Amino acid sequence: MVELVRANSLAGTGTRKVRWGRLVSRTVIYAALTAGGLAMIFPFLWMLSTSFQSAGALLVPPPQLIPSPIELGNYAEIASAFPLWRFLANSLGVAAVATVLQVATSAMAGYAFARLRFRGRDALFLLYIATLMVPLQVTILPLFVEMKYLGLVDSYGALVLPAIASAFGTFLLRQAFLGLPRELEEAAFMDGAGHLTVFRRIVLPLAMPAIATLAVFSFVASWNSFLWPLIIVNSPDLMTLPVGLSNLQGRYATAWNLLMAGSTVAVVPILIVYVIGQKYVIRGVTLSGLKG
Amino acid sequence: MVGQRGWSYRGVVVLFLAPSLIPLLLFTVGPMVAAAGLSLVRWNLLKPPEFIGLDNYVRLVGDANFRAAVINTIAYVAGYLPLVFVGGMLIALALNERLRGLAIFRTAYFLPVVTSWVVVALMWRWLLDPGAGVVNHVLGLVGIDGPGWYNDPVWAMPSVIIASAWKDLGFVMVILLAGLQSIPDEYYEAASVDGAGRWTRFRHITLPLLTPSLFFVLVISLINNLQVFDQVWVMTRGGPAGATSVVVEQIVTNAFSYGQMGYAAAMSWLFFVVLLGITMVQFRLQRRWVTYG
Repeated sequence: MVELVRANSLAGTGTRKVRWGRLVSRTVIYAALTAGGLAMIFPFLWMLSTSFQSAGALLVPPPQLIPSPIELGNYAEIASAFPLWRFLANSLGVAAVATVLQVATSAMAGYAFARLRFRGRDALFLLYIATLMVPLQVTILPLFVEMKYLGLVDSYGALVLPAIASAFGTFLLRQAFLGLPRELEEAAFMDGAGHLTVFRRIVLPLAMPAIATLAVFSFVASWNSFLWPLIIVNSPDLMTLPVGLSNLQGRYATAWNLLMAGSTVAVVPILIVYVIGQKYVIRGVTLSGLKG
Repeated sequence: MVGQRGWSYRGVVVLFLAPSLIPLLLFTVGPMVAAAGLSLVRWNLLKPPEFIGLDNYVRLVGDANFRAAVINTIAYVAGYLPLVFVGGMLIALALNERLRGLAIFRTAYFLPVVTSWVVVALMWRWLLDPGAGVVNHVLGLVGIDGPGWYNDPVWAMPSVIIASAWKDLGFVMVILLAGLQSIPDEYYEAASVDGAGRWTRFRHITLPLLTPSLFFVLVISLINNLQVFDQVWVMTRGGPAGATSVVVEQIVTNAFSYGQMGYAAAMSWLFFVVLLGITMVQFRLQRRWVTYG
């Protein structure tokens, strides 16, 4: 024992060296991460700052991070020239409806694939998986034609219909349901419960983390979707924020204070969702392999 | 097993499946099949479609604009992938050190990933504004005369690449970080006992065990970014002078600006086959390497 302590104190210089090394490497890591983190945050801060600048101040170099004077009128100005709040409401509405529908249909289909037995189940599930590989721009042209024949071009229906079902969501929830213990369900069946009851009372509550993941993911995906709303909607009253913003850009090519005010409005809701449900956002995006 | 109150088993299956299956058939599977048919016609949506066989594909081969778009798309991916990979890897390694307070950095790095592409593109257009933008101002401070960025045919694609890599760093980082965290500590401890240094441990433990994650994120990034569109549309509309014209932008432009539905469908179908090829390769290898939790 005494020998050991002596050996340790002899090795003290070595330990000190290791400690120094660790301190240096920690400092380097923190410094590098901070620099990188600032590079990530700065564009957001700059957007916010610009949204409070007056048009004149933007043209006078050097650029200022703290606006002076603080111009509060940009938001009102852009909202009076464009239905900005309508864009916001459209985005929120479409995302909310799409999320509720996707979670509901995916949970039901997920339950069918995980718990029910029927002929052709595996082949059908393969079909679901196969649709995951089809990129949007392949289906988007026939989908546009389809909407044209349904008389739905430039309508809320066209924005929502293609988002009712989600193959990814079905896959995600099927996996989650498969991982649940069956004992509770079997007991419920013994007591005479049907599949609907078991689904609602047992399976859904147990799978809440997976459902939350899907819900947050669907919301973010819908909120950020651009290509489909861009081609299917023309009237400003139906535009979602991304499409509205890209239109705004066509009109105010260099009125950056106005454009950044619009961008800020588009970022705030998703920021709230992200801060509240960060764990689920990251999991959903990582699992699907889709970017926001 | 019979369901409650008279629901036959078959009825239960239909009840659970139909709300998802019917929309999926109508709005995904149907259009996917229809796209193949659409690629065989000439159609501007006004007059009735005219069957022209494989003419659209033949025309595609000789289309200089499409060829340029393919080359631009590849150039974009070639510039983008190394940036997000090296950057994402470095951040993931740093965050994996399990130091105090690192969670906040993960939050910051992931923030652009959840931000809409349109917003990111507008932000970067403003940052890179050749006249009043911050980037050129800072370059000016150190004596560099900043380029015209998205207004300059040479710098337009790098502008798109910078904005894209900035947005997706966090995505690559999160997947690689998950991979790093799944490597058991015992391996590192054993290697340290054997006297392995930092680099040796990285080279012989981290890298080999991270291969599945690296491969997964590489394929996903490749597939996602061959479909690059949103940022291009907002930042440059494919310009200036076609310098950032990419495949999906060509599909959209041909279909909705030139009214050539059939021709655009041929582009999209050809593109689909390429992406499918990449996905197939990934699927075969992924089954061996990547498991979902």
